[in-house]
Amino acid sequence: MSADGSRAVGSGGAGGTGGVGSGGVGGSGGVGAVDAAGGVGGAGGVGAVVGRGRRFRGASVVVAPVLFGIAVLVLWQLVVTVGGLPAFLLPAPTAIAEQIGAQLPVILQTTAVTGGNALVGLVLGFVLGVLLAILAAGVRVVSDLITPVVLAASAIPIVALAPVFTTMFGSTTEIPRRLVVTVVVVVPVFVSTARGLRQVRPVHDELMVALAATRRQYTRFVRLPGAIPYVMTGLRLAAPAAVIAAIVAEYFGGLQNGLGSRISSAAANTAYARAWAFVAASIVLGLLFFLAGLLAERLVTRNRPGGAS
Amino acid sequence: MTGTGTAAVELQGVDKAFGSVRALAGVDLTIDAGEFVSLIGPSGCGKSTLLRVVADLEEPTAGSVAVAGTSARQARLDQRYGIAFQQAGLLDWRTVAENVELPLQVHGVGKAERRRRAAELLELVGLTEFAGSRPAELSGGMQQRVAIARALAPSPRLLLMDEPFGALDEMTRERMQAELLRIAGETGAAVLFVTHSIPEAVVLSDRVVVMSPRPGRITEIIAGRRPPVAADDLVPDSLDPEAVEDVRETGAFFEAVTAVREALRKGAATDGPAG
Repeated sequence: MSADGSRAVGSGGAGGTGGVGSGGVGGSGGVGAVDAAGGVGGAGGVGAVVGRGRRFRGASVVVAPVLFGIAVLVLWQLVVTVGGLPAFLLPAPTAIAEQIGAQLPVILQTTAVTGGNALVGLVLGFVLGVLLAILAAGVRVVSDLITPVVLAASAIPIVALAPVFTTMFGSTTEIPRRLVVTVVVVVPVFVSTARGLRQVRPVHDELMVALAATRRQYTRFVRLPGAIPYVMTGLRLAAPAAVIAAIVAEYFGGLQNGLGSRISSAAANTAYARAWAFVAASIVLGLLFFLAGLLAERLVTRNRPGGAS
Repeated sequence: MTGTGTAAVELQGVDKAFGSVRALAGVDLTIDAGEFVSLIGPSGCGKSTLLRVVADLEEPTAGSVAVAGTSARQARLDQRYGIAFQQAGLLDWRTVAENVELPLQVHGVGKAERRRRAAELLELVGLTEFAGSRPAELSGGMQQRVAIARALAPSPRLLLMDEPFGALDEMTRERMQAELLRIAGETGAAVLFVTHSIPEAVVLSDRVVVMSPRPGRITEIIAGRRPPVAADDLVPDSLDPEAVEDVRETGAFFEAVTAVREALRKGAATDGPAG
């Protein structure tokens, strides 16, 4: 079985190089079958490498997904070049990489624009979400008014909002997209913060009454600091959502200077590899926001019991 | 610094009803300045409710409550008492010293004065070196000592303690009892102490108040065996843990324990037909 597998890797690799050499001429069904066998064998080989890395558990946390990613890319390349998939279905990773290289200045510029929109919306939505939650926690009437509205906002599809905002504010400003991001961010931050503010332990409640603390002191000394881990969880959830919202909002008109508009215009112009290059940038941007949110949460809650400690 | 003539707590005809349940019925009790009084009785006898009435965390249905010569409410607003619960209830995100400072912060005491007072109190409870630690890094007994230091922060003449050692293991508990007696002696504060443990009540108290349920009431008051502090001068550490250990082994201690136990049994017996 294992000997069979290693032979399959060898033949798969050979097939791969042959495929790249012949270019996108398109292979026969027979080549495709060989390629599929090679792919399966290749996956087995990667598994063995990861198994050896297990001895160093810390390293394997990084090594395993990286190797898996490489394996997927290799497999992808093989499927496209050897299998001769048409480019509109799936461009080869090498073609996409080529486009990334060629379009790098534009990619960086558009990523900065979309990232900027996501960041502004994230900050606005975060501040708004926290403030609304504090207000709702402090004043009963406000809670009764705000809570259903914010929860209803979670059901708003940004698809519906984006064109409306564009008409409202004009298509020459970044405001519509930032507003869309803000709406998307407010909801998880509000919900999470509001939950945190409700999590006061009864003994702390009693203590503050016994100390004759004012309502304000109670919020400042007990409720807010106690809610911070929840606030940070809200931020972590909202950060990648902000990027998604910023990109999707660009699909519906307005300025054509961000990642989303580049993806749609490249796809419309049948420049599929270029579209995928911008998709790759979007993925990187999303991961960046996700990691930043995660890091912020870890940093703020590191001294808490039950946190990352 | 209230006059020594004023009683720390004065309760007259206190009733407390929760719906149709009579948690307290006709409770009269006076705690003198500097006196250590324990409340003991089975669950549901109203001992915690009584403490909460004194703390103004519950309002009595009838009767009068005076704390340090004023109403319970005014005493609470003026931070005339310090309070400790079964759970230490420390704020996890604050350091040990910041937790001790909390009552002073609530009452607008300046930062420098708060620091000074917290250092003093942490020395009193023997936790100076943990001033900068987080509560989560401390053992249960140490956390409870921080809670006691916090209760003492505004220099109250009255300390209210609701089973503060209930969650501790026996060895830690005995050490904490000696510690509490030393602190009570040094500060001269009166203590109202709720407990389930007969030996604990006897060894700590000047008087042990025995209560029984349905309705919650005082059935008997028995003299405790609180070890005497060097009365003429309140030298720090004048009460060492061994003095407390010695008390636990005297005949008088066992007599008092027996007396409390019989009082509790009697309370339970009269409870039966009353239903």
